[in-house]
Amino acid sequence: MSKTDIKLAGVGGQGILSIATIIGEAATAAGIQLKQAEVHGMSQRGGDVQSDLRLSDGPIHSDQIPLGGADLILSMEPMEALRYLPWLSADGVVVTSSRPLVNIPDYPAEAALLTELDALPRVVRLDIEEIARELQSPRSANMVLLGMAAPYLPLLSEEQLRAAVARVFARKGQEVVEANLRAFEAGLSHSLKTVSK
Amino acid sequence: MPERRLLLGDEAIALGALHAGLSGVYAYPGTPSTEITEFIQNSPLARERGVRSRWCTNEKTAMEAALGMSYAGRRALVCMKHVGMNVCADAFINAGITGVNGGVVVLAADDPSMHSSQNEQDSRFYGKFALVPVLEPSSQQEAFDLMAYAFNLSEGLRLPVLMRTVTRLAHSRAAVEVGEPQPQRVLSPDSERTRWVLLPGNARRQYTALIAKQPELAEKSCSDGHNTLELKEKGGLGIIAVGTGYNYVREAGPQGASLLKLTQYPVPAPLVQELAAHCSRILVVEDGQPFVEEQVRGLLGAGYPVGGRLDGQLPRTGELNPDNVAAAFGITNAGPFGPAAQIAGRPPQLCQGCGHRDVYTALNKVAAEYPSARIFGDIGCYTLGALPPFRAIDSCVDMGASITMAKGAADAGLYPAIAVIGDSTFTHSGMTGLLDAVNDRSPITVIISDNLTTAMTGGQDSAGTHKFEAICLALGVEREHLHVVTPLPKNMEEITRILREEIEYKGVSVIIPQRECMQTLGRKLRAKKQAK
Repeated sequence: MSKTDIKLAGVGGQGILSIATIIGEAATAAGIQLKQAEVHGMSQRGGDVQSDLRLSDGPIHSDQIPLGGADLILSMEPMEALRYLPWLSADGVVVTSSRPLVNIPDYPAEAALLTELDALPRVVRLDIEEIARELQSPRSANMVLLGMAAPYLPLLSEEQLRAAVARVFARKGQEVVEANLRAFEAGLSHSLKTVSK
Repeated sequence: MPERRLLLGDEAIALGALHAGLSGVYAYPGTPSTEITEFIQNSPLARERGVRSRWCTNEKTAMEAALGMSYAGRRALVCMKHVGMNVCADAFINAGITGVNGGVVVLAADDPSMHSSQNEQDSRFYGKFALVPVLEPSSQQEAFDLMAYAFNLSEGLRLPVLMRTVTRLAHSRAAVEVGEPQPQRVLSPDSERTRWVLLPGNARRQYTALIAKQPELAEKSCSDGHNTLELKEKGGLGIIAVGTGYNYVREAGPQGASLLKLTQYPVPAPLVQELAAHCSRILVVEDGQPFVEEQVRGLLGAGYPVGGRLDGQLPRTGELNPDNVAAAFGITNAGPFGPAAQIAGRPPQLCQGCGHRDVYTALNKVAAEYPSARIFGDIGCYTLGALPPFRAIDSCVDMGASITMAKGAADAGLYPAIAVIGDSTFTHSGMTGLLDAVNDRSPITVIISDNLTTAMTGGQDSAGTHKFEAICLALGVEREHLHVVTPLPKNMEEITRILREEIEYKGVSVIIPQRECMQTLGRKLRAKKQAK
């Protein structure tokens, strides 16, 4: 049995649930089993948000990922990536935005935060907002992140993910679909470069 | 081949009810139950079938309207978060006495660990209290499938059925196989007055009849196939895995243990006894309070070892998770990485530009001039005014308690006593308290912070929108002590002046700061832009 357990993290409003929706869409189309637990309610208001996304080609029992069981931490914000370290497995990868979102008074020093992040064995980080802005599509930063994660989703091919992006954004028009696909490609190519290093 | 759909637990419940021939859903929004009603409101099948789905003013009006629909012979669903059961308890318990005509399913979504709640009360106690069947699914597929069974059970027994779920199922998505929808029931009103008119003479007969049904309920818990027993090693561990607890047990995969999967109540005593006879000890894995565990202890007597939340094998508070359940089997889930050093808590906060912010800014300014002032808060986004930077409220207990607690404190001599309540909370449970205060001429200042929506649960319609002045006047608030203001920084001087004047007035004053929620406003503007 092959499985990918993902801790999705970010701050309310950053669009982590859209990432979950696209992976969910791709998995369903591919006939992969999936469970995705999320917390709604008060956590939406600028606080930390997280979702457990489990993919498997066999049955999935718990809606939540056990400690030390996550194959991937996928985060829209670097400090939020660190918050879930106890769930990361020995071979697990952290794929995260490197740009801090500072909306609390006691946010850690950026240098110390990135040092701790870079000390982990397997990290892919990128200023996804900068990339999205360069692509003139600031609202698709989350798709840059999804592209970065693509090499670490062995149950889903890049093509299946692209098709899911296109289906999920289809109702917003072709322009939006293309902008999101460009963001996906930018993230993917960054990740492939990092892997080959 | 049946269609496969990716659904939240809440959505599976909603679609299950629609496919069971639902005619109306009655609900007040509350995390984690809100998405059930929203799904039905947006469902093409519900639209096509004319399923009634508008939000209700509170859980009690919801329960009573559902009972009325049932009286008329059609199937109704009532949805709420766990604390909503307290609000509708009068109607719910007495619906057990009258019984039902069309099927009634009451869905209570519990929130162990209090992700978005003020307690972790366990709704199953209400089912036992009302002497009605309770169902508790472990997965999205079961949630969907159980709805059809629940409505049939309700009509077969002529009793309301309580379905209990928890946050982790309500808000988790998985693929669900969906069959063909059943037709709706036709109008066929009951006319058995001795059943529905609960004068003591009738009520005694009905209560006796309800007691007489209990053996049938117990029998169905054993025979209908929702509680399953799987016996393994003789003399080994027996596990009673309840609802979502079953998933964590399967995740941990304890070797050789026998398993009773529990989905339907009353607790099936013969199955528990069979498990106990085969095993040497029992562990009860249930989310919420030790509801089954206490009953199993009673059933098996003091000599039989029963573990769970009461003996510390599982934590006494908080939700189950794969880690604390594994620990009960002696398995330690841990990865190589400990908690990071460079992290800080990131609590939720009021949105930038939110009108509640301006209300608290004004209130803090004026309250600082009255060192003895106390501000009684209520349930909603504005409860976040308790956190920095505002630290503005002194209490938050239950829906509507701001006004009534301010009144009681004022009765005791506290001055100034100020209440802050949201628009939806006011119509849910604040109006009656305001009437008490008016009748007593209590010296309180009530702020109805009106953002034209039920914001905390995601922006559902609020029952009193555009009616608050009329409601307050009709309850007897004096015209000259009722003010509507727009909470914006530029109006701060006007708002603080009115606050000062009304605090000085020794009777009931109501100030309504009124400005649309930033989230719903943003959504409307985006929708408009997209429509162009």
